[in-house]
Amino acid sequence: MTGPTTGRIHSWDLSTGVDGPGTRFVLFVSGCPLRCLYCANPDTWHMRDGRETTVDEVMAEIEKYRAFVTTAGGGVTITGGEPLLQPAFTGEVLRRCREAGLHTALDTSGFLGARASDELLADTDLVLLDIKAFDIGAYRRLTGGRLAPTLGFATRLDRLGVPMWIRYVLVPGRTDDPAAVDGLADFVAGLGRVERVDVLPFHKLGAPKYEALGIPFPLRDTPVPDPALTRSVRERFRERGVPAY
Amino acid sequence: MTATVTAGDRATVAWRGFAGTRWRELIDVRDFIQANYTPYEGDASFLTGPTDRTRAVWEKVGSLFPEERARGILDVDPATPSTITSHAPGWIDRDRELIVGLQTDAPLKRAIMPNGGLRMVQNGLEAYGYEADPFVTKVFGTYRKTHNDGVFDAYTPAMRTARKVGIITGLPDAYGRGRIIGDYRRVALYGTDRLIEAKRAEKALLDGRPSSEHVIRDREELAEQIKALGELTRMAATYGCDVSRPAGTAHEAVQWLYLGYLAAVKEQNGAAMSLGRTSTFLDVYLQRDLDAGTLDESRAQELIDDFVIKLRIVRFLRTPEYDALFSGDPTWVTESIGGVGADGRTLVTRTSFRFLRTLYNLGPAPEPNLTVLWSPRLPAGFKTFCAQVSIDTSAVQYESDELIRPRNGDDTAIACCVSAMAVGKEMQFFGARVNLAKALLYAVNGGRDEMTGDQVTPATPALTGEYLDFDELSAAYDRVLDWLAETYVDTLNVIHHMHDKYAYERLEMALHDHPVHRFMACGVAGLSVAADSLSAVRFARVKVVRDATGLAVDFLTEGEFPAYGNNDDRADSLAVGLVESFMAKVRRHPTYRDAEHTQSVLTITSNVVYGKHTGNTPDGRRAGQPFAPGANPMNGRDRHGVAASALSVAKLPYEQARDGISLTTTITPEGLGHAPAERAGNLVGILDAYMTSGGFHMNVNVLDREVLEDAMEHPEKYPELTIRVSGYAVNFVRLNREQQLDVISRTFHGTL
Repeated sequence: MTGPTTGRIHSWDLSTGVDGPGTRFVLFVSGCPLRCLYCANPDTWHMRDGRETTVDEVMAEIEKYRAFVTTAGGGVTITGGEPLLQPAFTGEVLRRCREAGLHTALDTSGFLGARASDELLADTDLVLLDIKAFDIGAYRRLTGGRLAPTLGFATRLDRLGVPMWIRYVLVPGRTDDPAAVDGLADFVAGLGRVERVDVLPFHKLGAPKYEALGIPFPLRDTPVPDPALTRSVRERFRERGVPAY
Repeated sequence: MTATVTAGDRATVAWRGFAGTRWRELIDVRDFIQANYTPYEGDASFLTGPTDRTRAVWEKVGSLFPEERARGILDVDPATPSTITSHAPGWIDRDRELIVGLQTDAPLKRAIMPNGGLRMVQNGLEAYGYEADPFVTKVFGTYRKTHNDGVFDAYTPAMRTARKVGIITGLPDAYGRGRIIGDYRRVALYGTDRLIEAKRAEKALLDGRPSSEHVIRDREELAEQIKALGELTRMAATYGCDVSRPAGTAHEAVQWLYLGYLAAVKEQNGAAMSLGRTSTFLDVYLQRDLDAGTLDESRAQELIDDFVIKLRIVRFLRTPEYDALFSGDPTWVTESIGGVGADGRTLVTRTSFRFLRTLYNLGPAPEPNLTVLWSPRLPAGFKTFCAQVSIDTSAVQYESDELIRPRNGDDTAIACCVSAMAVGKEMQFFGARVNLAKALLYAVNGGRDEMTGDQVTPATPALTGEYLDFDELSAAYDRVLDWLAETYVDTLNVIHHMHDKYAYERLEMALHDHPVHRFMACGVAGLSVAADSLSAVRFARVKVVRDATGLAVDFLTEGEFPAYGNNDDRADSLAVGLVESFMAKVRRHPTYRDAEHTQSVLTITSNVVYGKHTGNTPDGRRAGQPFAPGANPMNGRDRHGVAASALSVAKLPYEQARDGISLTTTITPEGLGHAPAERAGNLVGILDAYMTSGGFHMNVNVLDREVLEDAMEHPEKYPELTIRVSGYAVNFVRLNREQQLDVISRTFHGTL
């Protein structure tokens, strides 16, 4: 006999229009295999820093918001950290939300996409897939990980018919190479289930967290992108018929 | 041969094409609206921009604003106490204005209204470099007693002390109480002759009753109301308008309604001079003329634009201290828009859109205080437009039609910020508020004031433990609140007795039914500070720091405690308990004229001043630090986003705070959605969800902190920057530095 499923979570929050459609309950889980240089949530890197929580406890908190987020055209988003680092916990939360009639979204880098079972994905209404870079070298330099699993995961989601919003953080000097952007845009345009691309200008709002943790913020001196650059990158996707914001 | 035109003939012409019967027999504007209005389910695409004429009029009066801002006031007539007929007519641009009438003979020139209090007038004049007029001083200092004089004759020492230390504050004892909405629509629909006739009939019903003190007062008041309607007729005639007859066209309807309102603001310098619920009423007239082809959309919008210009330039002479308390120069010309009728039809009409459109045609502004009565059942096109207007201007507030309609009916308007009043049937005695946070400190200190050390309440034993004990503190707090509720209601009874006696709102009350239903509108401030302090004592450990006299002057909190504003019942239930218990205590005390007890959780912007006068509190708030506004969680303690914060506030029971519960929310544009096109829809979702969850009121600001910071440094770049503060809106650049910093320190719900 096994005990109730537990997970390590960092926190929860309510957000509007940035973690999927409408106002959403956003669950931040702890632990991430990547170390993206621009990470805004370095306090979610380690599973050991998270609070061990049962699915029931999470669902009790979500229940307090069910009517609100449903009326507000939203649902629940699991993010992190990397939710697929804890696939059993994530899968059960998604299933229970689905049973409660809530719209479900999974925010992931796709690096651990192989750990997501078909059942887990069947309980997922939307995947927010963060493709951190489209050049293999740039991806490794930016995240410390490999790009291939993410692209493989995207293809699999497409095949399974899971709707996707692609997220692409625009970092001057790291992810703004026109050839890489074009490559990504071609790839995304070839996926039938991508509903939109969010081009997110790099920001430094997470910098105080690094300071609090006593870790140097690697991109401290990197400038935020010029609005014109952000506009032109969005345009690359739109040219290919992919809505981009 | 001359034909005699009877009142009946005049009404037949004015009411051509209108349906319904009951409203013809009785004074019943709601019945007229229900029988004749055209609900509008479409979107905003029919609206038109400002005409050259509108621009010219607005620019002409707008050119006076910089000097007014620089000097505090543009001009004042110090020698003529204002009455409905005291001043010669004035114009902005006589050839171009469509809707005419000013408070004095020139735009932005203020009048004096000494009935409320002579000192307020003298201080106001002196502050702006004018000398008090000797004749006025003699009349109101020698022959004619003021409201202020009357109140201080009857105040007890306990009332004076409670007022002086600021545990009861903002009392309307030296100025007009306001918050009374005349049903100005009646002037347009019926004309003053018919209204006088109806008032005479009401008065005649008292003839057979024995002349008790109550009956005598009612007779005298009705006599004054009749005189005021006569004065309105004469004042209107100086502008060439015969309001003795009903309005015959849309142009006349807007004009007659405005003249009714103008008479009110010539007679009363009320703290809030709200307009009511006029847009759908006016739409009936506009639609009739549009259908007849005598009006086009552009002209319809012009009439509303011109009306709103007039509402934007309502001015009163007030003191700089008063303006500091209320952040600028607010008049609370609140117009309530939208809502749903008892029969389920939306009360949104094209004119509901036209009112909101003025925020584009004339630019954003705090007045009139545009208030949308929100229901998830409103038409989608209207909801989206409202949300877009909020995103573009931050000038709109929302109140729950679903909470208001079942209690006050579907012809209800908001007085001031959050007070629901059935138009022409209900009025309130405005009672400002008590300071719940200070009262908690009194509980700790046995009724001594934490700032002065003076004994304020009857002496009770102070708490002496090293650490505060929750049960002990709760019991002591309960006793302080018992004393406070009694002293408070008693004080309000004195104030309103004297206001009725010396500064009666003749014209506004002439536009109410007799008898009117009265509310005694009590209020509380510092709710979140008090709730969090109780939470700290219950869930953490709070050590008391006392001075040499044993007075608790600071608190050291050890450990974590849940804060109100995170949808956490442990803390939220403490706030709910306070609202319920204070209301119950207030209800125990009889009120002047048997007014029904209510309370609000609203601070206007005086949360800054209240904070200044309150010592260190057990929640960790430092002495002097502002309170959160209204029912808001303390700044920065609501850590889970706008929905969690709003759901905490939505738990406060409206039934125990029928005078309104105010929540001011600031969201960054990005916090409403990454894609700009989705933001209006997302805001609609939040409003629907908040109101469905039982939320009553939400001020919505959509702003980046950087914009406000830049506006502090470069006010000249932001003359129109409008923000919602607490039931109303202000011009950000007109706030003082302290208030600006308070606004900037508030929680901005954004995203990382």
